[in-house]
Amino acid sequence: MNSRTEHAPIIQMKDIEKHFGAVIALAGVSLEVYPGECHCLLGDNGAGKSTFIKTMSGVHKPTKGEIIFEGKPMNFDNPRDAMDAGIATVHQHLAMIPLMSVSRNFFMGNEPTKKIAGVPFFDREFADRITMEQMRKMGINLRGPDQAVGTLSGGERQTVAISRAVYFGAKVLILDEPTSALGVRQTSNVLATVDKVRKQGVAVVFITHNVRHALAVGDRFTVLNRGQTLGTAQRGQITPDELQDMMAGGQELAQLDDALGGTV
Amino acid sequence: MSDTANNDERIKEISSLRQFFMRPELGGMVGTVAVFTFFLLFAFDSGMFNSQGVLNWSIVSAQFMIIAVGACLLMIAGEFDLSVGSMIGFAGMMIAVFGVVLNWPIWIAILITFVICLALGALNGFIVIRTGLPSFIVTLAFLFILRGFTIYIPQTIERKTIIGGIRDAAEGDWLAPIFGGKIFGGVFQWLGDAGIIATFERGTRAGQPVVDGIPMLIVWAIILIIFGHVLLTRTRFGNWIFASGGDAEAARNSGVPVNRVKILMFMFTAFCACVFATCQVMEFGSAGADRGLLKEFEAIIAVVIGGALLTGGYGSVIGAALGALIFGVVQQGLFFAGVESSLFRVFLGVILLGAVILNTYIRRMITGER
Ligand SMILES: Nc1ncnc2c1ncn2[C@@H]1O[C@H](COP(=O)(O)OP(=O)(O)OP(=O)(O)O)[C@@H](O)[C@H]1O
Ligand SMILES: [Mg+2]
Repeated sequence: MNSRTEHAPIIQMKDIEKHFGAVIALAGVSLEVYPGECHCLLGDNGAGKSTFIKTMSGVHKPTKGEIIFEGKPMNFDNPRDAMDAGIATVHQHLAMIPLMSVSRNFFMGNEPTKKIAGVPFFDREFADRITMEQMRKMGINLRGPDQAVGTLSGGERQTVAISRAVYFGAKVLILDEPTSALGVRQTSNVLATVDKVRKQGVAVVFITHNVRHALAVGDRFTVLNRGQTLGTAQRGQITPDELQDMMAGGQELAQLDDALGGTV
Repeated sequence: MSDTANNDERIKEISSLRQFFMRPELGGMVGTVAVFTFFLLFAFDSGMFNSQGVLNWSIVSAQFMIIAVGACLLMIAGEFDLSVGSMIGFAGMMIAVFGVVLNWPIWIAILITFVICLALGALNGFIVIRTGLPSFIVTLAFLFILRGFTIYIPQTIERKTIIGGIRDAAEGDWLAPIFGGKIFGGVFQWLGDAGIIATFERGTRAGQPVVDGIPMLIVWAIILIIFGHVLLTRTRFGNWIFASGGDAEAARNSGVPVNRVKILMFMFTAFCACVFATCQVMEFGSAGADRGLLKEFEAIIAVVIGGALLTGGYGSVIGAALGALIFGVVQQGLFFAGVESSLFRVFLGVILLGAVILNTYIRRMITGER
């Protein structure tokens, strides 16, 4: 067994099911994440990855199943509860508001306040400063903290979302395809950041379609397929080819592989 | 290629002029200057700018402002309330029914009316949230429901559509002056004595200034504007208002209590309508079943002139207040200038169209859409 499994998992998902009307998006998925590990979640489009992490981050209530956070059963009523517990998420669709400034977006739902005469006011100075600082760390120089998110490029937006989650994700950081729109430098920045926060003891759940990215930072790999787990593999116990085959559901990719001459 | 040099270049792309043009209040500021210039040039001698004239258009503007502040915050939160006008009529009628027909003390009548209006606002919001229907439709239903009751109730119990006698009922009441009173009487007396503003020359009030104080209506307007502006721009709740209207789903995912924000904004709009109604009832001394007609649209137009986007997530309370000021000044100015009053509607339509086109353009600049 890996040394990481010696201590208790920070979050355990047990037989999570999620139904949307007649659609069964998740048919009993179990998974546990340990502090300081990067757990990669892989799988085809529509496999249920986003739905799964949304139950983790309080957006969806599971239809069935149990979430155990730090050893206690947890019932997140909304994303705030999860955030207060130290779980931050970068959603696939980013959760950014184009008309609002970068710093307002950065602190959306978590606004810092400063009391003036006993009344809590939004501390914009603090928000602006932290936003610029965090963005610079990620390798993006903003024109200013009051620049509207709508004027940022897709990758810059993704970077804002990631640095926001890193800033607030004290215990668990969930990243849903965070590198899909990023350039080379920003991608390596994100992967380096994942590595860094993991070493600080944060549990990272990392969704990606890119096997190379997964292998670069992942400690364990769980593959989802049509709402179910195909299994979890440890780093070093699986070759990139095996992982890629598993992600695509096996045989089909073998044929494709021939046709494309190994370009995937 | 150095990074900093690259970024310096990019900073210059947004000049301060452009930044100035991207303020939501721009339309309102330009409009205000234009309107005042126009009337100062063409109606200066009409009495529009003496103490009485100023008070006249200030009161009308303040009325618009009170409902525009509510409509503004609600629109930024991504919703509309078309029942504002009916709510004004309804609230006024409730005060008259409780205070005159049932003969309860006026302060009780006012407080109960506020509670009823806030509850109706919450109901509006609750239905919108629960059903997911556009607020346009839900509040359109309330526009008819409330107006219907406003006509039905006085007709069944009093056989008329106007209930008077509120001024007598409010005599000596402690709460009524907060809506119907005036402040700074002494200052105006002094201004009158000093010959700065006009005084009555004959009759029982000879020597008293023609304008003898600032009506509470104007005070309410100023308080609501300051409150709305600070709430929107300086508090965490303000950030939630922007977020709820900008993209409710994204806001929810980030932990913003979107439903609570929207319901509270419906309640705030109802509160503003109720303030309007109470001030009006105290001023006229009566409640009429047709009060507040079309006010919801006037509020929305003022808000749009003020730079708010109909789609939510963007706008300014100061802008909405300027929009309301433009309204009041033009409506009364046309009257002073002796222009046919029906032209006011033409003006409204034209300025609304202009404002919406300008806002769309500004939105494109901000979001970078083409
Ligand atoms: N709100 C919803 N209502 C109904 N069906 C949904 C909803 N959300 C997700 N689904 C369905 O659940 C299934 C899983 O979707 P999900 O977004 O979790 O996939 P995914 O693994 O993240 O895919 P991708 O790699 O494309 O992001 C899909 O079939 C989708 O249609
Ligand atoms: Mg997904």
